[in-house]
Amino acid sequence: MNKDYYIFSHGRLKRKDNTVYFIDGGDNKRSLPIEQVDKLHLFGEIDLNSKLLNFLPRFGVMLNFYNYYGYYSGTYYPREKNVSGFMKVKQAEYYNNHESRLFLAKTFVDSATHHILRNLRRYEEVSKEVIEGIEKERNNIETTDEISKLMGVEGRIRKWYYKSFNEILKNGFKMNKREKRPPNDPVNSLISFGNSLMYTTVLGEIYKTQVDPTISFLHEPSTKRFSLSLDLAEIFKPLIIDSVVFKLINNRMIKKDHFDNEEGICFLNEKGKKKFISEYDKKLKTTIKHRKLKRKVSYQMFIRLECYKLIKHFIEDQTYKSLKAWW
Amino acid sequence: MNSKLLKVQGIKVNYYCVCKRKLWLFSKGITMEQNSNRVLSGKVIHESSYPRMKKKEVLVDDLLKLDIVDGEYIREVKMSSKMSKADRMQLLYYLYYLKQKGIEKKGLVNYVKEKKIEEIELTAKDEKEIEKVLKEINKVVTAKTAPKVKKLFYCKKCAYYELCYIEEE
Ligand code: SF4
Repeated sequence: MNKDYYIFSHGRLKRKDNTVYFIDGGDNKRSLPIEQVDKLHLFGEIDLNSKLLNFLPRFGVMLNFYNYYGYYSGTYYPREKNVSGFMKVKQAEYYNNHESRLFLAKTFVDSATHHILRNLRRYEEVSKEVIEGIEKERNNIETTDEISKLMGVEGRIRKWYYKSFNEILKNGFKMNKREKRPPNDPVNSLISFGNSLMYTTVLGEIYKTQVDPTISFLHEPSTKRFSLSLDLAEIFKPLIIDSVVFKLINNRMIKKDHFDNEEGICFLNEKGKKKFISEYDKKLKTTIKHRKLKRKVSYQMFIRLECYKLIKHFIEDQTYKSLKAWW
Repeated sequence: MNSKLLKVQGIKVNYYCVCKRKLWLFSKGITMEQNSNRVLSGKVIHESSYPRMKKKEVLVDDLLKLDIVDGEYIREVKMSSKMSKADRMQLLYYLYYLKQKGIEKKGLVNYVKEKKIEEIELTAKDEKEIEKVLKEINKVVTAKTAPKVKKLFYCKKCAYYELCYIEEE
């Protein structure tokens, strides 16, 4: 499988002949094996030219840009190559029908809740009250008849969930309240940074299939975002990001000096980001022997498999059932 | 016979013989090429063999991609030692199609690994069979839904394996 490359330094990305180079501020030139690149993540201040941008789609390479604080700001997406008009029309039909849209939205939330409970049950410190509270709320998913109400259920589950973070997290890390824009404490900034990465990973997997990233079910499809990525990320955030966060903090891999604070915004500094990404990458590559496929499947591949199941759902081949980690 | 109905991409004849589900998925634009290493290595072999043959990859009517046209023969380049029924049918279809256009050719298959060459001629019996297959292909690709998964020995090596076999308990 092709790799993700992360660039933290400032410099210039350019194409010369059939090679892509990164030239850093100190004029050090390094070539990138572009045939083996899946996505490029640019965290530094990078200059690039149209010659490069014209070259990348040939290899299906995505460019993800992150702002100064390390939060996702956008993607340069190769010209679509896996298009199926048939699929697109079918997918849109599922969005347009209230019942079928709600069905998918519910399964996403239910799967997210499954993974949330799975996380919480691993920690004795988490009170019974929280777990029972979430289980009770989970029962409401089924009977909800509106997306907005479903969002409400999800919001309440998340409130329980984040409250219990303080019971799980050790080494002096505390979270007062989940705060996204902007994150104002280290725990919040870890979650936000992780969620940015999750979003681009899911988008990358969607891109490898014929599923349309702009037609979503739980989140409102909007022109600004590939909102299906947000839908599927719900399933994987607790499964991947939160467990990475717990590990980094509780095993003292991330410390307070990995964070910077500017104008009320808390964010990971370069060393912190690198720590996070290396753990995140490890997790994505971790494999599980799949009980149905009877072969090893990485966490990253599990994301693609959700897309495949959606394809089968849209073409009326097999009803979608979301992933619920069993291992 | 409606001649328009007969025009399909050669690969569809191949897929029809391999797996009708694969044919249906492919015909709806649900392709897997980008994920398959086997397809990739097929490409590499193709590009590196016969560098001296001039007329490589001739495209006919946007439907047939002939590997090599060489005098009275069209040549196919194949990796595997034994020509499967699917490959053979695909080549016979090329010969059939060209014949409809008034071009009579014979086929040669090069097995790269074995360094073996096999000659293929289109018989009247083959023509009947091709016509039958083309009708069947049309039935499959116009069906509203995909044929269900049928376990084939081929599945485990198929690029669609994960798509076909993924399910939750
Ligand atoms: S995996 Fe099996 S059923 Fe699916 S397309 Fe391939 S050969 Fe056909």
